[in-house]
Amino acid sequence: MRIVVNLVIYFILIAPLGALAVEPDEILADEELEFRARQISQNLRCLVCQNETIDESNAPLAKDLRVIVREQLNQGLSDSEIYQFITDRYGEFVLLKPQINGSNLIIYLAGPMMLVLALLSAVIYVRRRQNTTNNDQPLTENEKQRLNELMRSD
Amino acid sequence: MIAEIGHFALILAALCAIIQCVLPAIGVWKGWSNWMQLAPFAATMQCFLTLVSFISLTLAFVRSDFSVSLVYQNSHSAKPMIYKLTGVWGNHEGSMLLWVLVLSLFAYFIALFGTKLPFRLKSLTLSVQAAISSAFFAFILLTSNPFERLNPAPFEGTGLNPLLQDLGLAIHPPFLYMGYVGLSVSFSFALAALILKRVDAAWARWVRPWTLASWIFLTIGIALGSWWAYYELGWGGWWFWDPVENASFMPWLFASALLHSATVAEKRESLKNWSVLLAILAFSFSLIGTFLVRSGIITSVHAFANDPDRGLFILLILFVFSGGALLLYAFRGNYITPENAFAPISRETALIANNILLLVSAMVVFLGTFWPLLAELIFDRSLSVGPPFFEIAVTPFLVALAAILPLGASMPWKRGSAVSALKQMRTALFAALICGLIVLYFQQVSTWIAPIGLTLSVWIIGGVFTDIRNRIFPKSASTSVILHRLRGLPRSEWGKSFAHSGLAITIAGISSITAWETEDIRNATPGDQYQISSSYSLRFDQARNEQGPNYISTKGEFSLIRDNAPIQKLYPERRFYPVSSTSTTEAAIDMGFFRDIYVVIGDIHSDDSFTVKAYVKPLANWIWLGALVMSFGGLLSLTDRRYRIGRSHRQMAATQLSG
Repeated sequence: MRIVVNLVIYFILIAPLGALAVEPDEILADEELEFRARQISQNLRCLVCQNETIDESNAPLAKDLRVIVREQLNQGLSDSEIYQFITDRYGEFVLLKPQINGSNLIIYLAGPMMLVLALLSAVIYVRRRQNTTNNDQPLTENEKQRLNELMRSD
Repeated sequence: MIAEIGHFALILAALCAIIQCVLPAIGVWKGWSNWMQLAPFAATMQCFLTLVSFISLTLAFVRSDFSVSLVYQNSHSAKPMIYKLTGVWGNHEGSMLLWVLVLSLFAYFIALFGTKLPFRLKSLTLSVQAAISSAFFAFILLTSNPFERLNPAPFEGTGLNPLLQDLGLAIHPPFLYMGYVGLSVSFSFALAALILKRVDAAWARWVRPWTLASWIFLTIGIALGSWWAYYELGWGGWWFWDPVENASFMPWLFASALLHSATVAEKRESLKNWSVLLAILAFSFSLIGTFLVRSGIITSVHAFANDPDRGLFILLILFVFSGGALLLYAFRGNYITPENAFAPISRETALIANNILLLVSAMVVFLGTFWPLLAELIFDRSLSVGPPFFEIAVTPFLVALAAILPLGASMPWKRGSAVSALKQMRTALFAALICGLIVLYFQQVSTWIAPIGLTLSVWIIGGVFTDIRNRIFPKSASTSVILHRLRGLPRSEWGKSFAHSGLAITIAGISSITAWETEDIRNATPGDQYQISSSYSLRFDQARNEQGPNYISTKGEFSLIRDNAPIQKLYPERRFYPVSSTSTTEAAIDMGFFRDIYVVIGDIHSDDSFTVKAYVKPLANWIWLGALVMSFGGLLSLTDRRYRIGRSHRQMAATQLSG
């Protein structure tokens, strides 16, 4: 009896939940197109999940998007046309790689610019260090006096 | 009753923290040594009371006391005992309690192991440490009380998320917390030293072991989290550049930078100023990480708005401590003792380059993580920043770091020569380039990731061997000299060698799995046998339903076949948990040194076939093996003679003079 109940539960509840990201029926016959489809899917965000790509997600909405991407590829659209199509519909929120334009330039340029700035400061610092020879600095008057006091007290 | 004891102990611990913060500080200021002596005692009491509080909460979970709201929300009587235990910190309130427990534990360790520290420095360090814990006690007591009661008490709990019932997931937060919170010690030391105007080589020597310990914990914690994602989430992803992951990666990068700069400060009296700043920043980024995870601000701005108190409170703690510390640094930075000279080509310069690359990487991760928020607040753009961004924005800096590593690591202090460094390393360089070319020629897919990654890892390992060889095989030496030198090589040198080799192993793993992973997705019916890669086939033997303790599963039985001979049985599962009506994927993994075979079973279709996915993941385990080797290196370095307890400063001062 228990097994029957379990099986009923299984077929009613698990089967609908059982989607597993990319399913065999989605895969395109053309290997090159399928490769592009996977690449594109990995750059698109699943809208109903927490930080998952549509390529990884089990959600039905992600599946819909994967199918849309493949349909568009079959129609011969280029990658950028497909991104444009998806962005027009869902906004730039779906792009996991932010567009390189406008204010987004900040995050793309920040790394190289910080590197240049840091290297410049490092060059200045290292040059200064090169010339410091603090071991050879003569004692100040105060230090001499203190040294004498110490020597006397011994 | 237990919950009230826990709550009361927590309040007492908070009072201890306030006493430990205020009185020793006044003692240091006025020069009253009996007030300063209070610090270690208060630290011990605070730690003990926090432990009592934590144990009380643990008991409430163990006994499934659902009159405690937290237990009701996060536990269930049907949960296996181990997950009742780990459930204590699997939620906001409990994890914050663990946070302060670790914090007070570290303060206790300072009190315990710091017997050789200058008295004033030790008292003030404990005082700063207590200031941090006071803030977090206030946070818990005011906004996140874990001991809140429910009346009437429900009969059963609601927390049975099956995804969270996993050992890898359950034990990685304590490691991460040890790492995050361990950095508070470096922070407290930095502040105390700034206030007392004594940032010197000895300071760096005191700070380094604590940083090293935190770094080891962070490394293990990050690796465990990544390993959990790999085997649990169902397709073998191991790093997602998720805000929560970035929250642990940024402090790791800062801790790595601090480890290297503190070496310079300790051995060469340079970069002291910089190391103090890094110590402050490293802990600030731990706080930022805590803020990220605890406020939920990044997953959704709206989640933050729903419960702004907690987020704002942590933000306030962050501003007070980081802001205050940076201000103090700005005023006191110039009191730091003069630094030694070194030539532009030297170990010092190489370590500066290391620090720059680590920091720029950390800042790019930081900016990328917060960009969705900033873009929405400032530019009104709702956008995402995901793995494709981080991969192109961060990788170049880490590649550059790996490329200079062997040269820097073998460079002499003070003055070196680029020509002789390259000459020394020519065998390693040659081996690395040959390896890269072989990989480029023989690999079956065209990608630059694997050739570059494997070249770098051979280059680093080659560098490590060259460095050790040069140290123990001087020209024309007898066996006895070599043995003597081998024994004389300090543990920290071995630690460094292991840590760098570990990095090389991780790089090899990451680049191989990224470049060469193959995947086979198909509908298979029991009885099918098919090729999944050039050398492996899979035979689908059967599928059946099984009853687990609190789930029902569909289990597939597969044979992994190589050269027509079955080598391994694999049992991938889909589990369904009726209570929470969720299902999980339990991948079957045949782990190997050179590859993992990763099999996942999915839907049953109307024609009795199942969706089956099979992946071949080359060098997958090297990612975590490398992390383990890195941590082992850290541990070796931590047990180096110069950090051992009981070594007085006179000895230290003596070695400093002679060395």
